[in-house]
Parts: sequence; C-alpha cells; structure tokens
Amino acid sequence: MFRYIVRRLLQMVLTFFGATFLLYALVFANQEDPIQALAGERPITQNVRQVLTERYHLDDPFLTQYWYYMKGLLTGDFGTSLTGRSISDMMAQAWPTTIRLALMAIIIAATVAIVAGVISGIRRGSIFDNVTLVLTLVILSLPIVVLAPLTQLIFGIKLGWFPPTTGADPGFFKLLMPALVLGSLVVATELRVTRTSVAENLRSDYVRTARAKGLSRQRVIGVHVLRNSLIPVITLIGVDIGQLMAGAIVTEQVFNIPGVGFNLFRGIRTEDGPLVVGFVSILVIIFLVVNLLVDLLYAALDPRIRYE
Amino acid sequence: MTDIKAEIDALPGLDPQAPLLDVNDLHVEFRTRDGVARAVNGANFTLKPGETLCILGESGCGKSVTAQAIMGILDTPPGFITEGQVRYRGIDLLKLPEAERRKVRANHIAMIFQDALSALNPVYSVGFQLGELFRKHRGMSRGDAKKRSIELLDQVRIPAARSRVTDYPHQFSGGMRQRVMIAMALALDPEVLIADEPTTALDVTVQAQIMNLLADLQNERNMGLILITHDMGVVADVADRISVMYAGKVVEEAPVYDIYARPAHPYTRALLESIPRLDHKGRQLNVIRGLPPALTAIPDGCAFHPRCSYAKDDCRQDPPPPPYAVQPNRTARCHFWREVVGDE
Amino acid sequence: MSDIQAATAEEQPDAAAPEPRHNAKRDKPRSLAADAWADLRRNKIFWVAAVLVVIIVTMAIFPSLFTSANPRACTLSRQHSGPTGSAFFGYDFQGCDVYARTIYGARASVEVGVLATLLSGVIGLIFGLSAGYFGRWVDAVLSRFIDIVLGVPFLLAAIVLAKRLSQDPQNNGVVAVIVTLGVLGWTSAARIMRSSVIAAKNQDYVAAARMLGAGPARLMMRHILPNSIASFIVVLTILLGINIASEATLSFLGIGLKGDAISWGIAISEAGPYVRVAPTPLIWPSVFLAVTVLAFIMLGDAVRDAFDPKLR
Repeated sequence: MFRYIVRRLLQMVLTFFGATFLLYALVFANQEDPIQALAGERPITQNVRQVLTERYHLDDPFLTQYWYYMKGLLTGDFGTSLTGRSISDMMAQAWPTTIRLALMAIIIAATVAIVAGVISGIRRGSIFDNVTLVLTLVILSLPIVVLAPLTQLIFGIKLGWFPPTTGADPGFFKLLMPALVLGSLVVATELRVTRTSVAENLRSDYVRTARAKGLSRQRVIGVHVLRNSLIPVITLIGVDIGQLMAGAIVTEQVFNIPGVGFNLFRGIRTEDGPLVVGFVSILVIIFLVVNLLVDLLYAALDPRIRYE
Repeated sequence: MTDIKAEIDALPGLDPQAPLLDVNDLHVEFRTRDGVARAVNGANFTLKPGETLCILGESGCGKSVTAQAIMGILDTPPGFITEGQVRYRGIDLLKLPEAERRKVRANHIAMIFQDALSALNPVYSVGFQLGELFRKHRGMSRGDAKKRSIELLDQVRIPAARSRVTDYPHQFSGGMRQRVMIAMALALDPEVLIADEPTTALDVTVQAQIMNLLADLQNERNMGLILITHDMGVVADVADRISVMYAGKVVEEAPVYDIYARPAHPYTRALLESIPRLDHKGRQLNVIRGLPPALTAIPDGCAFHPRCSYAKDDCRQDPPPPPYAVQPNRTARCHFWREVVGDE
Repeated sequence: MSDIQAATAEEQPDAAAPEPRHNAKRDKPRSLAADAWADLRRNKIFWVAAVLVVIIVTMAIFPSLFTSANPRACTLSRQHSGPTGSAFFGYDFQGCDVYARTIYGARASVEVGVLATLLSGVIGLIFGLSAGYFGRWVDAVLSRFIDIVLGVPFLLAAIVLAKRLSQDPQNNGVVAVIVTLGVLGWTSAARIMRSSVIAAKNQDYVAAARMLGAGPARLMMRHILPNSIASFIVVLTILLGINIASEATLSFLGIGLKGDAISWGIAISEAGPYVRVAPTPLIWPSVFLAVTVLAFIMLGDAVRDAFDPKLR
C-alpha cells in the first residue's frame, strides 16, 4: 500500500508539472504580444500593460515566467483579474455554491447509475434493461448546451416545477434542477460501466463458488458481485470530475448560479485572460487531487492493488 | 436455525437406505443463439459413502456441466435441465424449492473448482470467504467463524494458518489456493464432494500433494468423492469406480480394475491405448482419429460411431445403444461390448 | 432473466430460450468482419443511425436541397415572428429564418466534427502504434505524456487552446476549433491503439512474420493494423459525436466559431436570453444538434456491439 501511494504521488507530481506547463505554454509561449492576447480585443492602457508584464514576468525568459507562475500556484497566489479583483477572493466566494452543486450532481448521478446499473446487469435483456439502455443513449447524446437550456425551458418555464433561475446563495431545492442536468452528464457512462461490470462479474467463477457455498442470492449479489463491480465505477467518478467542471461552466451560466463556472464563463466572454488562466489552473489542480484520492480509494477497495 | 444440516435430515422423502447420491438419466441442454447444445444426454451413476467415482472424458464431453447440474449452480439460461433425477439419499434435488436446495449446497454436497484463483473472490480475504460459511449456515459470530477458519486452514495443511487467514487469494501460491478451496468445500462436513479437475491448473509435484490431501480427508470423513478429470493417471491412483463420458453420455461405468483390465466400450479402449507407456517405447502412439462431435450436432445412433473401428450399421441408427449390463455393477453403451471385452 | 437463478427446467418457461437458427451458412466459419457485418445488417439501431448520418451529411454538403432561403438574409422587423412560407420555424431575435439557419448549421458541425476527428485519429494512430510497437522507453514516455494531457480536463484545455488559436479576428474560428479538438481528443484513440497493438504483437502469427524477416513497417501495415483497426474506428465514430457536441459547447461559450459563422452552438447561446418570449430559436438547433450527436454515438455503439459480441 505504501509503495503504491508513493508511486501514485510521484506520478501525480509529474502530471501536475506537465499539465500546468502545458497550460502555461498554451497561453504564453510564442506569442507576439501576450498582453494583448490576455486582454483579447479590448484596448489596454499603458498602466494595465505594465501591471500585467510585471505580474507574469513577461520580460523574463519563458522558463522563468513558468517558474513564477508555479510559485504563485503553490503559494495560493493566483493573481488578479483585469477588473482588479483578486482571483483567490473570487474563487473563495464562488466555491461554496459550486461545491454544493457538484456534490449534489455526483450523489444523484452515482446513486441512479449504481442502482439502475446493477438491476440492468442482473436482468440483462429484460424490459428494464432495454429501456435503461435507450435512455442512457439519449442522455449520452444530449450535449450540455442542449440539455441545460431545454430543461430550463420545459421544467422551469413551461411546467414551472422548478425555479428557472437560481440567483445568489441558492438552497437545496433551487439547485436541484441544475444538479440533475449536471449529473446527467456523467450518469449514462457510469450506469453503462456498472451494468457491464455487474454482468461480467455475474459470470465469473467466484460467483459460481459463492453459489456452490449455498449463499442466498441477495448475499451473492450484495456482497460478492457488488464490491467487485464498483471498482471500475469508482475510478470512473474521478475522470467524471473533469466532465462536471466543464458542465458546470454551461450549467451555472444557463441557470444563473453565481459559482466558479459562472465566473469562468464571464471571464471568457469578457476576454479576461488572467481570470481564465487563474481559474483554469485552480480547477486543474483540484482535478488532479481528486483523481489521486480516487486512486487511493481504488486501492482500498481492491486488495490486488494494495499489495502490489 | 443454527443447524441447517438437521433441517435437511428432516425433509420428507429422505431414505437412509437409498444410495448417497444417485444420478439418473440426467439431460442438460444449452439454448444459445446458434442452436441448442445438448451437453448432457443421459448421465447415470451412483455414489456410496467413502467411495471415489471418477468421471472421465475429453474436454467438452459434459463432465463439468453434470457436476454443476448436481450442485444446482447451472447458469439458467442458457443451461436447462430437461430430464432426469438427482437423488441425494432418496430426495430428488431437482424438485426441491430453491430455498431448500440452497441448504443442501455446502452442507451436504460441496464442490471444488479447477482454477482456484478465479474461483475465489479477489477482494475478500480467505478468512472472510471461509468464515462466511459458518456465519451464514451455522449462525456463528465473526470471532468464532474466524477461529473455525483457522482450524480448517490447519486441517488442509496450510502453514501459519493463523497469520494467513487475513491474506487475500492472490497472495497464495497455486497449490495453497487449491488447499483453501478444499478447506472451503469441507467446512460444513458435506457427505459428498465434487472435485472438478482439482489439479489441472497445478504443477505435477503439487498435483500429487493435493490428491493425497483429498484422499486423506476423504478417508477421515468417509465422504463420497466425485472426481472429474481427463487425466487417466490420476484416475488409476485414486478411483474406486469410473464413469467414462462421451458427448454427454456415460458410455461405460465400471470398477476401476475392470476398466483398466478389460474395457467394454471402444471409446474407453481407445482412451487407454492412447496413454504413452514405457514398455511401448519406440512404437507409434495410438490416437483416436477424428474429433468429438459438436454438441449442437450429435450424430444419430451411438455418438462415437464416426470414430469407432467396431461400428456397423446398427450403430449409425437411432435408438442409441442402451446401457448393457456387462457384469453386475458394470454397464457399457455399446452393441458390440462382447467383442470389445474379448479383444486383446 | 438472471444468471444467478439456479432454477431447474421445471421452473423455467421454455419461452425464454431464443429460437435456434439452422442456417446452412453457419457451418462455415466466417471472418470477423463478415460476422460483424451480418450482425450489423440485422441491427435496427444501426440502420436508423446510418440513415440519420446520411441525411445530416447531405444537409451539410448541399444545404440548398433542404431550403431555398438565404440564412443570412435577416430583417429586424421580423424579429421573433411566427412561421411563414418556407420559414417553418419562424424567425429569431435578429429576424433570421430559424429553419434556414438550422439547416445551414449542419455544415459547421459536420466539418468541425469530421476534420477534428481525422486529426485526432492521425495523432492517436501514430502515438498508439509507436507506444505499442516499440514498447520500453518509447511506451513509457508516450504513456506519461498521455497521462499529462488527460491531467487537464478536456473542456478546460479546449477553452485555453481555442482562445489562444482564435486570436486572428479575420477568421471565423473554424480552423482554431478543429485544431483545438483534434489536438486534445486523441488520447482515447491512442490508448485503444496501443493496447490492441500490444495484444496483437504477442500473437504467434506476428512473431512468425517477424521471424520470417518482416520489418516494422510491414508488420504494422499487414499484420497488426488490420486486427486493431476495428476498435479504433469505433472509438473515432463515438469521438465524432463528442467533437460535434464540443464544437457547440465552445461556440456557446463564445470561443468556438464566431463572427458571422452559422453554428448550432451559437444559435443556442444567442437564443438563451430570449427563451421566455421565443423558445423556437432555441429548440430547433438543440434538436438537430442532439439528433446528430445521437446518430454518431448510435453508429459507434452498433459497430462496437457487432465487433465485440461478448456482452449481449
């Protein structure tokens, strides 16, 4: 277990530096006028230009620039947006809402995916299974830019079941519809993986052994099949965090939720380069950390990894 | 309900005089997209306490399916038992409701599988998987179940059982894993043990150890043992009786000595002749020509006729040969068994 | 019906069994591709998907077959007015013909989707083949690199990259979006290629060909590639659907297609604020986009099922 953790940590450090370098290079490397690029098409005053040059050390060689950028990331200094607000402050303000939304989405998606996936996997070929497969296919093919506005239109405006927009400091009910939309981004793949993995495990030799041991059907499925089947689903949830982040940008914009995605969207639209770079950097770090945690959870569930 | 064993003993139909296990005219088929595969087409045999019955045959002849049908762990669908009875001391297991059937498993009839690595659950410790039997069938606490598991691991001669009980299957060697399987099968003192190719996946030296262990445990407990194998060497060492299966049928059933001395079915004979022998060194090895039939298209009449040198027109037509009584206690499904036995 | 049920024949209705097919052709073993095609031909989902894809591609290439209206002829006086004549879906905020703009929107989606997928395919093929075939340090380095690319969530990387690439105000962003999606989307294709090459490499026939003196290029082209290509194509088909969705998302965010480009993503984004007064300009591009993505994902699903019948 210890060796596994160390190895995963080393891998993560490498990925972390690689990913941030990639990101930084995408923004700044080989730019004729990186400052104009950061600010997009809006005119910049000499003053702003000077601040930005200092902030990003644009007069220094590229690797030095990257070094300062990393130093900023590691010390929690993410810079200031073009509007002059500290990105760390904006982040701190936006976080609680987004975390609430994301947690709701993850819990809803995982619950639906695992329950329906297990039933589908056990009753492969049944009506339930076929209906679920068609539904996942439909959900899978609904891009978030379609799903979010249409859900808002149908359930928020036409039917009036949910508040169509959320506003500041939203509670559980106000966030329910956006969370459902966000969760549906990942529910289909999670469900399909659960189903396949349950179906595969049901055919495995150890299930046959468990039956030969005279165990009840509930125990065979609930104890022997379930734990094995959840391992691939857990790993998937790590990857899904990335999807959720992307989805949150659109969802929070459509439902007017003042979270991280909402700020990022505004940043993109107003061509606020420093804000975009800062927010994206933070999200990437979070993504990497979550994936490390998922890997550790994976090891806890699967002893074959633990004792490698 | 701590003693499930006693519950089965109270079931109606239990006959202490009846054979321990009696399989009669068992038929199993698999209904697949590509047609119906008739995996077992009339398997018959009986087993007495303390007796070792070997079911011998090539891969795909229905040996393992027979075992699964007896255990009641056939995958349904695609597998269906279409005919026959499996009687445990007179009770027809196939007619028992599933809840009762489950109590027979592990308590009275237990099974060992070929590949212990895949047959053990990779994410639970062997202690958990052993203890589960005591907890669910005997109502023991976790602590007591663990104690019993350690005792069991000791009995199957796993060194340092106390510390290994918390290990996971992949941490054991192949031979040790098979011992764990055996411990699991014997946990609830079954009267019948079915071992499906228990040594095929192991090294030759380990094979002998496992077979010896099985034989010892069988003697200690006076269990009936059904040993499924394709290894004629193993058979000669341990079997009391042999059932030879071909294309889902038991083509010959006889005491081990008789079969080796005078086979009564051409298939048995061919099998015996295809064993390499030291005293025949330098001679060409006899092989059985042709391939076993596909189970979706079993030939009419005797299924072995396309490969048989004794085959005449009778053999090519239905009905297939019935089990002829060669001696008391010995049958062969061959119209020409007299010729086969007589041939030297 | 469950695999677990240890029921006997008496308890199981025979109706559960599929009918056996006795087909003379069955006796002859067929190649994987022929088998897959036979399966596909019977698969209704495949035909639905194929027909949809043909319609969408036709729409993208010859939009004038579907509408005679000019999607750029907009008059503000017709803002949000209802359907008239050939404008079946009415008019949007700018007074443009929603139907015509939706039809013309197919081109951007298909163009970006296909080209980005091809780009991803080429990159994935090169990376996957090299990593799988050469193994050792090449594999180690390339696999690490894939990990790093996957370390940045796709859309976040796309936001940064597309923003960087689309700085030139002259173009409408098509090239930028194609490059962005192509450069970021190759990882799954590379991984599939890598693992199937490794699997194929260990096959005896490849070892035999190597012993007979076949060089790396010949081994890959003649022996490894044909056996790995099926799963690769499946991944690309599904990626095509994903890329079309991603294009719409980037355009929605304002960093994809821009200027006077006609795109479903832009249409959805522009219709959003007026959805209370006029929902149709939002609904139709959404429906077309969803159906297009659905068609490609269904196609990929059907092809995968045909090539991998293990879990049916």
